[in-house]
Parts: sequence; C-alpha cells; structure tokens
Amino acid sequence: MTELTRLDAADIAAKVQAREVSAVEVAQAHLDRIEAVDRTVHAFLHVDTERALQAAKAVDEDVAAGRPPASPLAGVPLALKDVLTMQGAPTTCGSKMLEGWQPPYDATVTQRLLAAGVVILGKTNMDEFAMGSSTENSAYGVTRNPWDLDRIPGGSGGGSSAALAAFEAPLAIGTDTGGSIRQPGSVTGTVGVKPTYGTVSRYGLVAFSSSLDQAGPCARTVLDAALLHEVIAGHDPLDSTSIDAPVPPVVAAAREGATGDLAGVRVGVVTELGGDGYQPGVLSAFNAAVEQLRALGAEIVEVSCPSFLLALPAYYLIAPSEASSNLARFDAMRYGLRVGDDGTRSAEEVMSLTRAAGFGAEVKRRIMLGTYALSAGYYDAYYGSAQKVRTLIMRDFDAAFSKVDVLVSPTTPTTAFRIGERTDDPMAMYRADLCTIPSNLAGNAALSVPCGLSDDDGLPVGLQIMSPALQDHRGYRVAAAYEVARNAAQGGPLITRVPELEVAH
Amino acid sequence: MSTAELLDYDEVLTRFDPVLGLEVHVELSTHTKMFCGCPTVFGGEPNTQVCPTCLGLPGSLPVVNEIAVESAIRIGLALNCEIAEWCRFARKNYFYPDMPKNFQTSQYDEPIAFNGWLDVTLDDGEVVRVAIERAHMEEDTGKSLHVGGATGRIHGAEHSLLDYNRAGVPLIEIVTKTIEGTGARAPEVARAYVATLRDLLKALDVSDVRMDQGSLRCDANVSLMPKGATEFGTRTETKNVNSLRSVERAVRHEMTRQAAILVDGGSILQETRHFEEASGTTRAGRRKETSEDYRYFPEPDLVPIAPSREWVEKLRGTLPEMPAERRKRIQAEWSLTDLELRDLINAGAVDLVAATVAAGSSPAEARSWWVSYLSQQANNRGVELSELDITPAQVARVIALVAEGALTNKLAREVVDGVLAGEGEPDEVVDKRGLKVVSDDSALYAAVDEALASQPDVAGKIREGKVAAAGAIVGAVMKATKGQADAKRVRELVLERCGA
Repeated sequence: MTELTRLDAADIAAKVQAREVSAVEVAQAHLDRIEAVDRTVHAFLHVDTERALQAAKAVDEDVAAGRPPASPLAGVPLALKDVLTMQGAPTTCGSKMLEGWQPPYDATVTQRLLAAGVVILGKTNMDEFAMGSSTENSAYGVTRNPWDLDRIPGGSGGGSSAALAAFEAPLAIGTDTGGSIRQPGSVTGTVGVKPTYGTVSRYGLVAFSSSLDQAGPCARTVLDAALLHEVIAGHDPLDSTSIDAPVPPVVAAAREGATGDLAGVRVGVVTELGGDGYQPGVLSAFNAAVEQLRALGAEIVEVSCPSFLLALPAYYLIAPSEASSNLARFDAMRYGLRVGDDGTRSAEEVMSLTRAAGFGAEVKRRIMLGTYALSAGYYDAYYGSAQKVRTLIMRDFDAAFSKVDVLVSPTTPTTAFRIGERTDDPMAMYRADLCTIPSNLAGNAALSVPCGLSDDDGLPVGLQIMSPALQDHRGYRVAAAYEVARNAAQGGPLITRVPELEVAH
Repeated sequence: MSTAELLDYDEVLTRFDPVLGLEVHVELSTHTKMFCGCPTVFGGEPNTQVCPTCLGLPGSLPVVNEIAVESAIRIGLALNCEIAEWCRFARKNYFYPDMPKNFQTSQYDEPIAFNGWLDVTLDDGEVVRVAIERAHMEEDTGKSLHVGGATGRIHGAEHSLLDYNRAGVPLIEIVTKTIEGTGARAPEVARAYVATLRDLLKALDVSDVRMDQGSLRCDANVSLMPKGATEFGTRTETKNVNSLRSVERAVRHEMTRQAAILVDGGSILQETRHFEEASGTTRAGRRKETSEDYRYFPEPDLVPIAPSREWVEKLRGTLPEMPAERRKRIQAEWSLTDLELRDLINAGAVDLVAATVAAGSSPAEARSWWVSYLSQQANNRGVELSELDITPAQVARVIALVAEGALTNKLAREVVDGVLAGEGEPDEVVDKRGLKVVSDDSALYAAVDEALASQPDVAGKIREGKVAAAGAIVGAVMKATKGQADAKRVRELVLERCGA
C-alpha cells in the first residue's frame, strides 16, 4: 500500500494544489489499491479507470495553469454508491433488475462532484435497492468488512464503507433511508453522515423510500465528511423536496470542534436507545465516549424519547409502502431486465415473470409488506398509524432539542455481525437500524463517528450524534471535538488499527 | 347475459329514472408537461417529447408546473368551486405498459377545487344546474397501439407499440355530482353539459378542447333506478366518447340497454364500457365488480400545494366573461330573439359573428352570412363553420363591398367562393374574376340599345307606356353583362331610351 491511499481527503487536496503530488498519481494509487484488494473486499461493482484518470488529469491541468481549484476537494478520489446515476457507467442498485442499465443522465450529486473536480473511481456495492443492513442482499455478491473479512461491512452502503476502511478511497457517497450511511460507518470505524432531509438533492438517487432517502458523505475523518458535505449539499430545483436554504456551515463547525472545546454544549443521552439488547462492548464504548464529551466541557443530561420505541415498526410500514410504489416501474417495458418475452406471452405475463426473476427475496418481502399496508381497508391501521407515529417522533425530537443541543446514542446495537448470521432472521437484521431510524422519520441530521473498539470482540463501535433539522453543524462540531480527544487518548485514529489486507499480485 | 335487446325509450322512462355522473378529462394547453419541461404539442413523432422524468426513469423526480396549477384554479373558479387552501398530489397505483411509473400522479381525497356548479342551457332554453363534485390535477398516460388481434385491444394483440409523448401532459379531471331528475332529457343534459363545459374551457383559454384529438374526453356513468326507488342502481362507465353527439347517443343507448336487462329480470354489471361510434352502441370493457384497489397515498416526491388567497383572488380577476353571460349580452346588443340566438349557437357562429361585427359589419348582415350561406358551405364540405378558409375580417370586407354598391349579393357569394377556394383576399378575387358591378353607363347604353333592337315588339310596348314590359329588356341586358350590371340602373336606362 502506498502512503497516498492512507491520506485524508483534505491532505490529498492540499498536496495536489501544492504540486507535491499530482491528482493522476493519487487516482492511480487508489486504482492500484482497488486492483490489489477488491477481489477480497468486493467494495466496487464497477471501476471506471479511464474516466477517473481523465478527471484527475483535468485537475492537474488546472493546477498547472494556476487556475483556482474547483473546490476544496479537487483531485480527491471518491467511491459512489451504485444507487446514484452517472452517465457512461452502469447503475444497478445491486439488483439483477437493472443489470447493465446505463442511465442517460447524471444525478445532481454526481454533477456536483464532477463540477467540484472530485475524481469518481467507480460505483460501490449495496443491498439491493438499498434494502438491508449488511450488503448481503446485493445480487452481485457480499462485500467484506476489512476489520474482519468474515463479517459484514454494514448496509445498505457496505461497499462505500468498506472502500474507506480498505483504503480504496478516502471519500464515498452513501444514501441513508433507515441508517444505510451511519450503520456501515459504525461497523467499519469510519464517519458517516445523514444530512437533514431535503438538503442534498435526491434527483438521480434511485428511490427506495422517497420521504426518507437522503444522500450523504462518508469519510475517514469528520473534516473530510464536512468538506464533502458542502460539495454535495444545496438547493436543487429538480427536487421538489429540496429545501431552499443556505447549506449549514459544517466545515467551519468541524474546524471549530477540532479545537477541542465543548464548553456550554448540552448533550442529551437518549434513555430509550440503550440497555437490553445492546452488546455490552458497544455500551461500554458508548459510555466512555459520553464521559469524553463531559471531559471536553459538554453538559450531559439524560433525555427520554418514548416514541422512539415505535420507530422501527413505523419505519417498516412507511418505507415498504413507498417502496412498493417506487419499484413498480421495474416492469421490463422500457429498460432493464426482461424475462419471458418469447412472442407468446402478454405484457402482463412478461412483467410478472421479470419481477419474479429480477428482484431478490428481501425486495419482494418489502414490496408485499408495502402493498398490503396500503391496501383498502388496511391503510388507516398500517400506513396511517405509522404516519401518526412519525409525528410523535418529531414531537419527541422537538421536546428534546428544546433542552439540549444534540442527542447521542450508539449508532447500532452491536458491532459487525458475521456474514450469514442474520440472513434467515429479518427481524434481527432490522434491529441493526434501531437507533438510526428515528432521524430518518423526523428528517433531522445525524452522523456516526468512530468511538473505539468494543472490548468484547475488538470491532469498531460508532457514536451517533443527532442534531435538529438544518443544524447539521452542531453534530459536526461535537464529532470533531470528540474525534480529536479520542485520537489523543487512544494513540491515533481508529482507522490506523484496521488489519492489513492480503494484497493480490 | 341472455339478451342484447334494447327497450323502447319511452318505455324506459315510464319504468325508470336515469342517474348520470360525468367525468371529463381536459388536457391543458400548457407549453410543458405537468411534472417536467417536455413539450406537449400534439402529433409529434413517437417518443420524441420525453425525458427521464416523464419516462419514469429510475432516480427521476417530478416538479409541478405552476401554469397547470394556475389553470386548475381558474377552472375551479369558473365552475364556482371552492379552492383548497392546502392540497396534495397522491399516487394512484396500477400496472399498465403505457404508464411509465406504474402509478399515476393524481389527486385523491384532497383535490384543488371542489363543491361547484355549472348552469347548462338545453335546446329549448331550459336551464339545468349541474353540481360539480371536484376538479383535480393529474398527469396523462402514454398511448398504446396494439397491433394484430381482432379488437385492437391489448388482449389478443401480437405486439404493442408505446408512445410516451403524451405521458405527463397535464390533465384536469372534472367530476359532477350525481345528476338526477332529468328523465327523458338525460342524454340531452349530458351533451349540453359537455358542450357548456367545452365553451367555458375555451373561453378560459386553458385547453384546445378538441374532442377528436382527445384533449377533451368524457366518461359517462349511467344507472337506472325503478320509478319511486330511493337507492341508485348499478352503474356502468362508458369511455371513449369522442364527440358531443356521441355523449348523447351513449347515454341514450346505455339507458335502453340497461332497461332491457332490468326488465328481463337481469342485473347490471358494474363495468367500464366502450362507445362504438359506428353502431352507436356500447360494448363491455374491464369488469369493475371487484373494484380495483389503487392503494392511493400522498405523493412523497412533491410538497403540498397551498395557494394563497391573494393568488386565488388575483386569478379570479383574470376570468374572462363566461360564455353564458356573453350570450345574454350579445342577445341584447344584437336584438336577437331566443330562437335566433339558439340558431346562432347551434351553428357555432357566435364567435365568428362577433368577430365580423368587430371588423365593422352590422350584426344582422354578419349573422345572415354566417348562419345561411357560410353554414351551407361548411355543410357541403363536411367541416365545422370555424374551419372554413375564410376569416371574419374577410367576410366583413365582402359585406362592405356590397354596401358600397361594388358588389351585388350574387357577386358577393361568388367572391366568398373565391376566398374559400384560396384565391386570395376578397378584393383580389374581385379583380381576378372580374366581378365588379358594371357601373359605366356608356357600356350599359350599348347593351340596352342592342337589346331593344333585337326585341322591337317589346321596345314598342314600352314606348307605348307599358312600363312593365321593361323587365324582359333588363333581363336580356343582365344576361349580356353576365350579371355584373346593377339591374336597377339598367331599368332606368331602358325607360330613358324609350322615353317612358
């Protein structure tokens, strides 16, 4: 492994601008690393060597010509979750249904990355249509956790988190519907941020659950996540749910937090997100993190949010309901997989055969669940009630944020579980998102920052920090302060302790 | 079902009361689609007016067309509806190949306009007030062309072609409340309602309202209930009713068809039916017995629409004079009897006459031209009056030429024929065809002298004072000048020459 792949995004960008290294060298180093380790990790579904090098070359030309950088991340490589469209590359969403589909347009996030001079290396693996917490639901094989290759990298964005932890990319984009950025961040010892709903455009993000989906930054440091956050966020007239408001000052907050002072910051520990059912090593790491925050000057209070206990069941009605409608378009008529079209079958039969063959078990389970929940006679009891729970959760957040600046919890109840351990037990799988779902339902900002290794299995634990809507910077400040303190206390960044991967030759 | 017989119409009415419900879909004439920037022009090459959003490609998102919302509100106001202070779009979920997302973005329990009414004037002047349930916004589907098979329907077709140019075109669906108590006049009320609605939408300038092109489409719900009953019978919904006349025929046919079944002891199937233009009958379509579950839920990709009261009032200020009020005003201004007004309306001539009057003609002359000679020409050609190749300004010019004495009425009709034949402006036709009235007396004297010389007997009688005999000479002169002389002047000259 060359040193270039160990660098943070901010360092890479600075070195490229200072001409200490060329963007092409940086891209090539990462492409070499992917070549070397991705047969083992399988973070990528598609690597676009040629275009990555072209994009890097363009950045080098800007530098050579003395032009100001397109963004603070110009020349930095990035791994894009395969749920966002990018022209000239396939978008599969981890599904057989879209195998080989080449979208004719760029997602707004993709456009912003390209305009910022970010070097997109390729598309990363994910649970099919972002449904899952382990990336085992991908139709293209599992992704392995660099901390322990027998364990899952989280999901649905396991490809993005594994790419970071395997030093295949310093930055990645994820999407978070119920925790798909934060939980993978937690179990791979990386930073994952779900911005406030509506602050990052969903245009070109293949919808799972429209009212919950939100793209966000993944990185190995809080500052890198903040830099990426500011590149991708902002109002987009192509997304009607996009909020027309200034992007929260997350980079400034990350820099401020890094000074290590949290005096006057009130931190609420959510009573309901802990206790029974949580891995002891996760709870002890979390409690140590809370003590660390206290030591930094934060005021720690306990806050009860009773409706959070209803979040998981409400989520599993709302998300599948929207998914059942969003995924109806995959019908073999216009693009993607087509099965059984032998000239003897009707359009209806071809639709049916294609959907039977193209969707995996988890996607079908959720389509059925959602179809049922929206059915006449059941709507009020299921979808309607779930929407009421959603309102209650928002009220709990409002009440909590009237007392504290941020809320904290473990990001997920356990460390990375073994591949195959929960595949036959959907409920156990769903519990991985227990702590992350409330912020999706309420739409507020939340992030996960590494908080050490669990003392029972030596695997990474994540600290979740939740902020009010459009106050994303609060979470960054607290996370950056905590990151600095933890690095100091534990002898360097957690990610440096990830085991060396066997390199293919 | 045993019989396809129809019950005699009068018999239907002695036994049953018809109940109607009319759903009209109007394609708005916005430049762009409901949720994307694609053009809405009718008749483009298939699949040339599409983008990721109206093709429902993965990742695409809708953005509401503000002009469409504005049109919806104006339609709601013109229909005397309340305008919602807050409303949402909803997804109507069902699978069909010409619907790109397999859900239609529509409105469900929160329409933008509701609770209105429309006054409809029947042929004899009776006014029926039709209550409006709602007017809501939605998007159109694409079009399927089913190739092969007997019926042109998806079942049995060899293959189907899909054109998504229409997918996403803004639609307003206007739904009436149930229309009861119209008895024998139910078919006429249905036609008159659609006609009135069409005129209203045209006046609002929100749609082309071309039934033949599908920019105005009517679904007619019809049921019968036995006289004295209080509960509605089972209804059918007849689709594909593409002209005003078809609306009337379809309702009438359904009444007689349903009545025959009921009288026979049978029961009506709740189903959609398709109107067959050629036979004037309806045939069964999709069974609706197990009512389809569309799993409506609020569209999460769009935010609610909350039209401010200021905006609504501003739009109310943009409403044009409503067709009914305009007709009342015109009737007074032009001093028309009810019958004359109705003839004018039935001929589709109100706008044309008004424009001709605006171009300087008298209402009487303008009306006479459009309702008689031009209506005849339209009939002969099998087109609408408004489709004739002559403008109100051209008609006004012809009328002016007659008034100046430059044309006789007979010549004027020839000039109009020339304009209709594409020979140019009225003045050009006069020149090209040489249709000017011969007003040069010296030319006329020669013709008169010649006629008198060739009919010495008649000339003698006139000289003896039998003035009535002059008619024969005048006729001969008119013949010789091919009708281009002013007959009155010819007569004066004949009498002068004979010293009578």
